[in-house]
Amino acid sequence: MDDVALRALVPSVLAVLVRRGADFAAAEDAVQDALVEAVRTWPADAPRDAKGWLVTVAWRRFLDATRADAARRRREDAVDAEPEPGPIPATDDTLWLYFLCAHPSLTPASAVALTLRAVGGLTTRQIADAYLVPEATMAQRISRAKRTVSDVRFDQPGDVGTVLRVLYLVFNEGYSGDVDLADEAIRLTRQLAAAFDHPEVAGLLALMLLHRARRDARTRPDGSLVPLAEQDRSRWDTALIAEGVEILQAALARDRLGEYQAQAAIAALHADAPKAAETDWVQIVEWYDELLRFTDSPVVRLNRAVALGEADGPHAGLAALAELDDSLPRHTAAAAYLHEKAGERALAARLYAAAAARATNAAERDHLTRQAARLNRG
Amino acid sequence: MAKYLLLKHYRGAPAAVNDVPMAKWTPEEIDAHIQYMRDFADRLTETGEFVAEAALAPEGTWVRFDGEGRPPVTDGPFAETKDLIAGWMIIDVESYERAVELAGELSAAPGANGEPIHEWLELRPFYGVAPTITD
Repeated sequence: MDDVALRALVPSVLAVLVRRGADFAAAEDAVQDALVEAVRTWPADAPRDAKGWLVTVAWRRFLDATRADAARRRREDAVDAEPEPGPIPATDDTLWLYFLCAHPSLTPASAVALTLRAVGGLTTRQIADAYLVPEATMAQRISRAKRTVSDVRFDQPGDVGTVLRVLYLVFNEGYSGDVDLADEAIRLTRQLAAAFDHPEVAGLLALMLLHRARRDARTRPDGSLVPLAEQDRSRWDTALIAEGVEILQAALARDRLGEYQAQAAIAALHADAPKAAETDWVQIVEWYDELLRFTDSPVVRLNRAVALGEADGPHAGLAALAELDDSLPRHTAAAAYLHEKAGERALAARLYAAAAARATNAAERDHLTRQAARLNRG
Repeated sequence: MAKYLLLKHYRGAPAAVNDVPMAKWTPEEIDAHIQYMRDFADRLTETGEFVAEAALAPEGTWVRFDGEGRPPVTDGPFAETKDLIAGWMIIDVESYERAVELAGELSAAPGANGEPIHEWLELRPFYGVAPTITD
């Protein structure tokens, strides 16, 4: 068994131990011990049931650590770790681990870190690298998170919305080092969708796949941004789009709409247009109206205004924009875009420059600065 | 989480409330000041919010390209009126409000008479990653 396959077993083994009552930190230590043991002994004598073996060994390690007769136990371990016959339920325990790691008592950042560690099986160093913080800092974040949930005992799944928000945060973090967090989020959401039948889980998975499908076309090799309308659509990943659309349609058919399905529907309409000019903006505006029923957020209203500007013309978009607080992120950029569409180039150039000064990332700042320069050149 | 740079300026910022040059503090006051900064960094490591920090020497030099085949032009060390950065710390926190709270705490480091310096710190957000969801 290779490292990747071994790693994939870790969350469910960990889940079994925690479920049986081991506290988080001790369970993790025990699982790590079992992995070391597996790497040492499996090449010569591989077990029939790899996961069962790991559960058995890890559980004994955990008991060892908590009992006084540790030495006797270790001798017993060496004799035979082959588990009792009979399956260990996999999905339920892993699912439970998802809910534990996204527990509302954790801050979003802690929930994300703990999920990547416990459910994703990433090392602390990998997570620290992905978030560009020192390993010691990330280790602290994770161990605080473990302490926070160590007393949590619950028997039914908690709020699925919290779990989805955590996965969504992971997806949005981008990537660095050897871990692509978007792909990691997709992997975990797939696992969750397999274990937990819920239209919004499917909606989030569809949303991630549809956005991931377009990612490579979003930036040029030099890192600069390519706006949606200018993207080379032949570089979109059609297999991911097809999968995303299929998952979304199955979810929508169940008639339990939620915010992730609505967002995925908007992404699917973009993905569905062979050319930017063929985008079905009227339907996109309708989906934004649906989205507003679930989350009446000013950011959604801002995006709706831009879509309305495409569907009904820039003046309709600007009128919708005027009703929103202009301190919203990207408000100025949206206004610049709509004013340019309305033919007001000088005003649009000034607004692009102002938007660049307020951008929250370098790629966006550079893109907006270029837009202003393009209009200023005349 | 969002990263912020906390910048301590030697000069250029508005005067601190307890504005006594460090050379005029007692050694104990200096020890207390340094200990405060260390404790602050330790506490942030403990909360999982610490990223990095460094102190910078006052001797800064401006450097500029001066044409092909010529050595770079330098201008410095700084004249008294120019701004100098004494040190910096990078934090990774949940919100802007938390960043302001921590900068406020750092500004309360003790100075002369063991009283807080109330020095001005500059708080600058890092650019993050490009958001995915809204195209």
